Amino acid sequence: MRRALIKVKYAFFIGCATPVLTVNYELATRKVAETLGIELVDITDFACCGFPMKSVSQETAMLMAARTLSIAEKQGLNICTICPGCTSMLTEASKKIEEDQELREKINNKLQKIDRSYDGNIEVKHFIRILYDEVGIEKLQKKVKKSLEGLKIAPHYGCHYTKPSEIYACFDDPELPKSLDDLISFTGAKSVNYENKIQCCGGYVLGVDEGVSFSLASKKLDHVKASKADAIGLICPLCSVMYDRNQRVIERRLNKSYNLPVLFYPQILGLALGLDSSELGLDVNRVKPSSLLEKL
Amino acid sequence: MPEKLYPKFKDEISKTPGGENIKRCYQCGTCNVSCPIREIDEKYNPRKIIRMALLGMKERVLSSDFIWLCTACYTCQERCPQDVRIPEMMNAIKNLAVREGYIHDSFLKQAELIESTGWAHTLSEFAKKKREQTGLPAIFKECPEIREIFKITNLNRITHEEGSD
Repeated sequence: MRRALIKVKYAFFIGCATPVLTVNYELATRKVAETLGIELVDITDFACCGFPMKSVSQETAMLMAARTLSIAEKQGLNICTICPGCTSMLTEASKKIEEDQELREKINNKLQKIDRSYDGNIEVKHFIRILYDEVGIEKLQKKVKKSLEGLKIAPHYGCHYTKPSEIYACFDDPELPKSLDDLISFTGAKSVNYENKIQCCGGYVLGVDEGVSFSLASKKLDHVKASKADAIGLICPLCSVMYDRNQRVIERRLNKSYNLPVLFYPQILGLALGLDSSELGLDVNRVKPSSLLEKL
Repeated sequence: MPEKLYPKFKDEISKTPGGENIKRCYQCGTCNVSCPIREIDEKYNPRKIIRMALLGMKERVLSSDFIWLCTACYTCQERCPQDVRIPEMMNAIKNLAVREGYIHDSFLKQAELIESTGWAHTLSEFAKKKREQTGLPAIFKECPEIREIFKITNLNRITHEEGSD
């Protein structure tokens, strides 16, 4: 019998963008988690994390987040997220409600109306952070079946995986983050540095001003292209929507030529774990990573 | 005629969650040079928005399109020497704008979708079935509790206003 790497179990908060817009991220995450012995429990009662409601009503957003936390608490499971937006909303709510008794009472008075309650015991972590600081690179390294030597990957951290840093207990530096670089490097691939690495994808304002949003995304594609990386490696469904799903649109509108594959980190890790590219949803990627796969 | 100023506007913002530190701003402009949106389009200018708010230009700030252009990247928040927490403060301003009847159409549509389905993106029944056929778990169950939360927080009045579905 094959021994699992670690035996951990989380309530899996998949969010909405991933299953609708980037199912490749879902497929790769589920496969990698299964391979590593990380049990992700799907909970059908979950609904929106609240993040998209912050601009409209922070009170509504907070209550939606508290509802999610209360469901996980009832199951006795900490939460694993894969969307950094969900991660930041749920982490912020869990921290504020845990630390502020007055707020906790206020929230519970309202949760009562939907027959729920929350005591403040749930921890929220992005899947990548679970890999980085709970599983750890040392253990992951033992699972590598196929070195990715020869591949050059430009890590894109996005915004809410590290920021605001105060809610994440500064587990990684918001200005000079390194966790994703380290997670790329141990597979044998090279993590490539490039200009303005922490720059935002602009996805949040896509519905407000498409022109601004695409111009911002094109800057990243320019910078990564200049670094001669084979692909971008990222950890957010919205960033992938900007760089992969909309890459052709950006090329057309701004008269550019990129043809730059965009991989989710679990797809990269999955290749190193010896998993098949179709199991990792690589055939779903918009910009086909075939030339990159041929290098392996 | 010069526009009417509301000297108490800054107090309204500082009493709204997220806006607590607006009065600490000393206009250094660190937010502006850190802002990826401003780099593309000058019409988004966080320092100017804060100054206008402090001066009491309530109507102009709340009715403007530019408050909806913050991409919530938090780079300015990390760097602000006065801990103004600009993205959170921008949420406070947007929340006040919504209360005054100003909401960007894309955010209204999103709020309506969340209220009715429980999610900001969702799948058709056909796509849900197709998903399950490929072995993926069922998702996006209908969630009346979210509608209830909209009611409890008095937000349903915005999503059910005349002219919206």
